[in-house]
Amino acid sequence: MAIELPDNVVVSKLDELASWCRKNSLWPMPFATACCGIELMATGASRHDLARFGAEVFRFSPRQCDLMIVAGRVVMKMLPVLQRIWQQMHEPKWCISMGACASTGGVFDTYAVVQGIDRFIPVDMYVPGCPPRPEQLIQAIMDLQDKIQREGTIMGDEFSTQARQQPKRALVELPIIGRPSAACVRGTYEGLR
Amino acid sequence: MNRPHEVAQAILSRCQGATTSSFRDQCRVQVPAEHLLDVLRYVKQEAGFDLLVDITCVDYLHYRDATERFGVVYLLARTESAERLTLRVMLSEPQLELPSAVPLWEGANWMEREVYDMFGISFQGHPDLRRILMPEAFTAHPLRKDYPLQGRGERHNFPVLTRAEA
Ligand code: SF4
Repeated sequence: MAIELPDNVVVSKLDELASWCRKNSLWPMPFATACCGIELMATGASRHDLARFGAEVFRFSPRQCDLMIVAGRVVMKMLPVLQRIWQQMHEPKWCISMGACASTGGVFDTYAVVQGIDRFIPVDMYVPGCPPRPEQLIQAIMDLQDKIQREGTIMGDEFSTQARQQPKRALVELPIIGRPSAACVRGTYEGLR
Repeated sequence: MNRPHEVAQAILSRCQGATTSSFRDQCRVQVPAEHLLDVLRYVKQEAGFDLLVDITCVDYLHYRDATERFGVVYLLARTESAERLTLRVMLSEPQLELPSAVPLWEGANWMEREVYDMFGISFQGHPDLRRILMPEAFTAHPLRKDYPLQGRGERHNFPVLTRAEA
């Protein structure tokens, strides 16, 4: 059945329309804890101009953001804060892990530094580098935009697939020590869940 | 009278068991724990070392020739003449207690909390001896030499948030 459409009408799917809107207005939550934060600021500033990708509106309230950019190392005292901020952000939301430290702990293989935030929160895009150049972060944002366009749905069904529920790198056994000992901090942060 | 090595000699004559040494003109005095508060009061109120620059600690576990485990170090300065004096107190387990220097210097408060947090030395009479760097529920003292660099798993011990829980 053919329908005559006027020239100024485009036919699309609702999912794609929603994804198109979302991907072009990512509002970042700058979780900048260390030197990578400086590059994050440079990315938002005039020379690299993140506004070209619709992601220049850095908000310091997680309620207003949909993209968390973790830039820098996260220590074990900071991780509950990171998780709470992540939970406070509204769906749909995404996370970029910027730099070696946020992704793996980097050179800081010590008792205080979390060895990659993806052990404890879901991460969509990793940016390698120490620190990554602004171009790399922009590339990550463009790739994330592609990803949102590719698999986004208006109801956020892509977030509830089975594959997305797997904790990526959560450790069951520790390389040197075995199972985490009773000398632990769990329990203190009960209110988190 | 107030030159650091003269002060050191005065400490030696006042306090049984103290020893002194110097390195490149920097004067160091080692005092027994029970005399610490007296010595601190003397150097502040009579010898004029009015600035407590730092309190820190060294763990001498496996250190060559060491007989005691910890050395708590008090770095003092005399603001009038820019002279410095180092006091050191040796401690061994299980007696890891020292009198607090907070009654003499308010600024000792956070420094002692840091030494307590990192080495587990407890300061008697401190107004608020809590951990200052590590989370309150942390149980170890991470700058001790027998604590592994990568911890005992504390950094891995958090709830894992998946997409559905967010
Ligand atoms: S990855 Fe490098 S630049 Fe980034 S926070 Fe770590 S040390 Fe700093």
